[in-house]
Amino acid sequence: MSLPGILDRSLTDLSRALERREVSSEEVTLASLSRIEATDGRLHAFLRVAPERAVADARAADARRARGEARSRLDGIPIALKDIFLTRGLETTCGSRILEGFVPPFDATVVERLAAAGAVVLGKLNMDEFAMGSSNENSAFGPCRNPWDLERTPGGSSGGSAAAVAARQVFGALGTDTGGSIRQPASLCGVVGVKPTYGRVSRYGVVAFASSLDQVGPIARTVPDAATLLGAVAGHDPRDQTSSTLPVPDYLEGLEGGARGLRIGVPREWFQGGSEAGVERRVREALAAYEAMGATLVDVELPHAKYGVAAYYLVAPAEASSNLARYDGVRFGLRAPARTLGEMYGETRDRGFGAEPKRRIMLGTYALSAGYYDAYYLRAQKVRTLVRRDFDRAFERCDLVAGPVSPTVAFRLGEKVADPLQMYLADVFTISCNLAALPGLSVPAGLHPESGLPIGLQLVGRPFDEATMLRAARALEREMGPAPAPGAIG
Amino acid sequence: MALSLDEVRRIAALARLRLSPEEETRLAGELSAILDYVRQLEELDVSGVEPMTHALAAGETPFREDVLLPCLPPEEALANAPARAGSCFQVPRILE
Amino acid sequence: MSGWQLVIGLEVHAQLLTRSKIFCGCPTTFGAEPNAHVCPVCLGMPGVLPALNRQVVEFAVRTGLALGCAIQEKSVFARKNYFYPDLPKGYQVSQYELPICQGGEVEFALDGAERRVRLTRIHMEEDAGKNLHGVAADGSSGVDLNRAGVPLLEIVSEPDIRSIDEAVEYLKALRAVLMYLGVNDGNLEEGSFRCDANVSVMPVGSTVLGTRCEIKNMNSFRFLRQAIEYEMRRQVEILEGGGKIVQETRLFDPQRGETRSMRSKEEAHDYRYFPEPDLPPVRVPAAWIEEARRALPELPRARAARYQRDLGLSAYDAAVLTADRRTAEFFDAALVARGGGAEAAKRIANLINGEVARLANEAGSGAPQGKLAPAALAGVVRLVDEGVIGGPGVRQVIEELFREGGDPQAIVAARGLAQVSDESAVEAAADAVIAASPDEVARYRAGNAKLLGFLVGQVMKGMKGKGNPAVVNAVLRRKLGSP
Ligand SMILES: [Mg+2]
Ligand SMILES: [Zn+2]
Repeated sequence: MSLPGILDRSLTDLSRALERREVSSEEVTLASLSRIEATDGRLHAFLRVAPERAVADARAADARRARGEARSRLDGIPIALKDIFLTRGLETTCGSRILEGFVPPFDATVVERLAAAGAVVLGKLNMDEFAMGSSNENSAFGPCRNPWDLERTPGGSSGGSAAAVAARQVFGALGTDTGGSIRQPASLCGVVGVKPTYGRVSRYGVVAFASSLDQVGPIARTVPDAATLLGAVAGHDPRDQTSSTLPVPDYLEGLEGGARGLRIGVPREWFQGGSEAGVERRVREALAAYEAMGATLVDVELPHAKYGVAAYYLVAPAEASSNLARYDGVRFGLRAPARTLGEMYGETRDRGFGAEPKRRIMLGTYALSAGYYDAYYLRAQKVRTLVRRDFDRAFERCDLVAGPVSPTVAFRLGEKVADPLQMYLADVFTISCNLAALPGLSVPAGLHPESGLPIGLQLVGRPFDEATMLRAARALEREMGPAPAPGAIG
Repeated sequence: MALSLDEVRRIAALARLRLSPEEETRLAGELSAILDYVRQLEELDVSGVEPMTHALAAGETPFREDVLLPCLPPEEALANAPARAGSCFQVPRILE
Repeated sequence: MSGWQLVIGLEVHAQLLTRSKIFCGCPTTFGAEPNAHVCPVCLGMPGVLPALNRQVVEFAVRTGLALGCAIQEKSVFARKNYFYPDLPKGYQVSQYELPICQGGEVEFALDGAERRVRLTRIHMEEDAGKNLHGVAADGSSGVDLNRAGVPLLEIVSEPDIRSIDEAVEYLKALRAVLMYLGVNDGNLEEGSFRCDANVSVMPVGSTVLGTRCEIKNMNSFRFLRQAIEYEMRRQVEILEGGGKIVQETRLFDPQRGETRSMRSKEEAHDYRYFPEPDLPPVRVPAAWIEEARRALPELPRARAARYQRDLGLSAYDAAVLTADRRTAEFFDAALVARGGGAEAAKRIANLINGEVARLANEAGSGAPQGKLAPAALAGVVRLVDEGVIGGPGVRQVIEELFREGGDPQAIVAARGLAQVSDESAVEAAADAVIAASPDEVARYRAGNAKLLGFLVGQVMKGMKGKGNPAVVNAVLRRKLGSP
């Protein structure tokens, strides 16, 4: 390696180093690939590495830079993608057997945008099957592990994304967040994870789980890194008519503006003993740090937040049951041998889907079926409105809402797999933000006093005001000093 | 709320999932527990509340203009097909 | 089947004449190789999203306005979930609780009386693909998704229709409106105008509707008649035998002229509709609706009424001329070219509904007027009015104009079709006939007036059909004297 320790540097630092020609994209890409080679046998963050393609892209980036034609701050920077993003010519499975061997004929819009910015994609990252899960244990290809403790989960469903970034395999990654799937793994792996406002980033080419909740976002080691990635992928896409036409601000501008004058809402409901003591202690310390930086803490109420998990586990499975109907063995993916049409459907879907997608397909089909629609699906959608109204009311008095991301630090692999409901409750603090379509993030707030495992602080912003949320996260990040690197994989 | 095995089978048939008897039994238990949990929503008075079926705020509908875009070359369209007959996707005989 | 009242509600699926599909940029044209008109979106690949075509909404608004519907300022797409190989996503994107148009009616004449059938709703949806049977030796089926995502309007009537004739007239009137609006090509055989019928019977005098069956697969008016007739008989037989009608979907089999139960589709009739989260609600601004209203063309019923009122055409001629917008426009243009009033209108209408319609019928498809231009038809009428050509000449000129186009006068000259009105030429021919037919002449003069026709025919024959009939008549009468 031409520059020792380069993999420990942030994306932003690497970007500067590339600009100053202290290192080439090819060198750093090769360094990343060796790091993956050396560590991923234990970590299993990657489902697929694409070294030839990555090196070719890196060389092209170096050539552009040599001509003075660097495309953006991301030009030549090694990143990776959750395997939920369609990549032209590169197998995309979404963590499922049913899509094994599927080679998309096109790139997701966000993948196109990253390519246009010059980012170098090293491969596809592990995840819970169809993004359904909070521990990565639902991956059909084996779980990813937490680089802080290999016996523990990195969180989910974007577990591979958070683990790869935390383990210094890549400088940033994209994930998706339907009920906390970016923020929870970011929190459990000690990195920054941002779920933008629903509609901020195009979902075109992103395998759908729950269409009205899914949102794409970055996972990175620092807030400026995440802001850079978000800026590269955000903005209206005519192929996604649910994407917003609002202009995208420069997220780096004003990022260093500090927390002075910010009003931070502290919802009573998020501090009622729902998290373990160590987690709540670090979160409260972070709030105190904000006060010390000149922000004001405001008590707010989110009376319907406690209904979030219940509403979510009707809405998301209902949409999923429909979104997963296309996996029928006709046009792509797995087809079980069958003599009749009925057998083809039943066998293909039986073999192709794991336990969690089946559970959610069943639950969602039930919630939409004749006679139950009003009581389940429709009622849950009305509760979403109530959850959103709570936030609207809170934002009359504050600029951001803050609280824990996950009620616990990373739990042990296998600890919750037997009880789906317990697993669902891992998302108790993150789900409201998806239901209300608001932006939220997780930023490291220190390590657990006993276990030494990372803990994230959650910030939730006003619709389309990712900028304020990022600025506040950046203030805390500076106050806390550089986040430590995980020790479990060396 | 207990979900009967018959109901589990009815739902599985609708969703075209062929479940083993063990899966049916397990799912009946798991789904019943989840449905018990979501019953807490019945505490809420939602009369007169608009459902939030679309997350994006009301605004102008961003229509697509009626213009042609390139199709996939047939070989790409069929490249992922598990079975094909000529340029069709092939499936077991469809009875009407 | 006396004692039973037939009750029909109709659901029409009309393919919209857009260039591209409803949610993607693939073409809507038929006839391509299977799966040549597909993209990731209409293949239902993972990760794709629908992007609604503005033209589809415009066509829906236009149709709703023409049929007197209430256009909904906000309408919502919904997913209709079921599994079938021709349905790539496992759901059809349609509209359910909030369709774009509600109410409205279709007006038409039936046995000289005015009828109105109320509409329930009109909504937008995507078509499915096509299953092809027996594509391989083992009897397996093939799936062609070229048609998947082609935009449709579904137009649903109330169960207001009480006879088969009424059903047919309703469909003809609706089809004419859609074609006038330029939103649909009205082709039943190719399936761009499809109809399902909800059929039930009830005792005459009852107001309680019976259990209905939905009949599918009737791709001509003839099949529609057969299917409904069969279905009515079937239901009456069941009821008179003390049985009960089972609500179900039945397929019409044109080979046997029967309807039969589609059990394969029955097993899963729980469509689990819910609002399509991938498409925001469709909002149609009031200004847009007003603009569409201003741009509406004159519709067939109004046009026919105008033809009767202002041009004195018969109800029949007016209805036939206006059934197809292209024909009505052709008629208008020919009339302007002839510079005509009621007399010219009648002649032009006769030619269009007679000779031209016959030629179009023979030709099968294509433009209803072939290569005939409105000004050329006006020219033909002028030549008739001026006595230049008569019946046989007209037929020949129009035939050539229909096939080849061109100028009527030039055709008449080139093919020597002008009739002979010159008295001396007619006299010469008449003299020859009189000389050659002493018997007939004598019997005519003795009072058998009918023989004039025979003698006229002989003169025409002698003139190779080119004699001006009026002149031939006058000359013969003069030469023969009174009968
Ligand atoms: Mg329909
Ligand atoms: Zn297409």
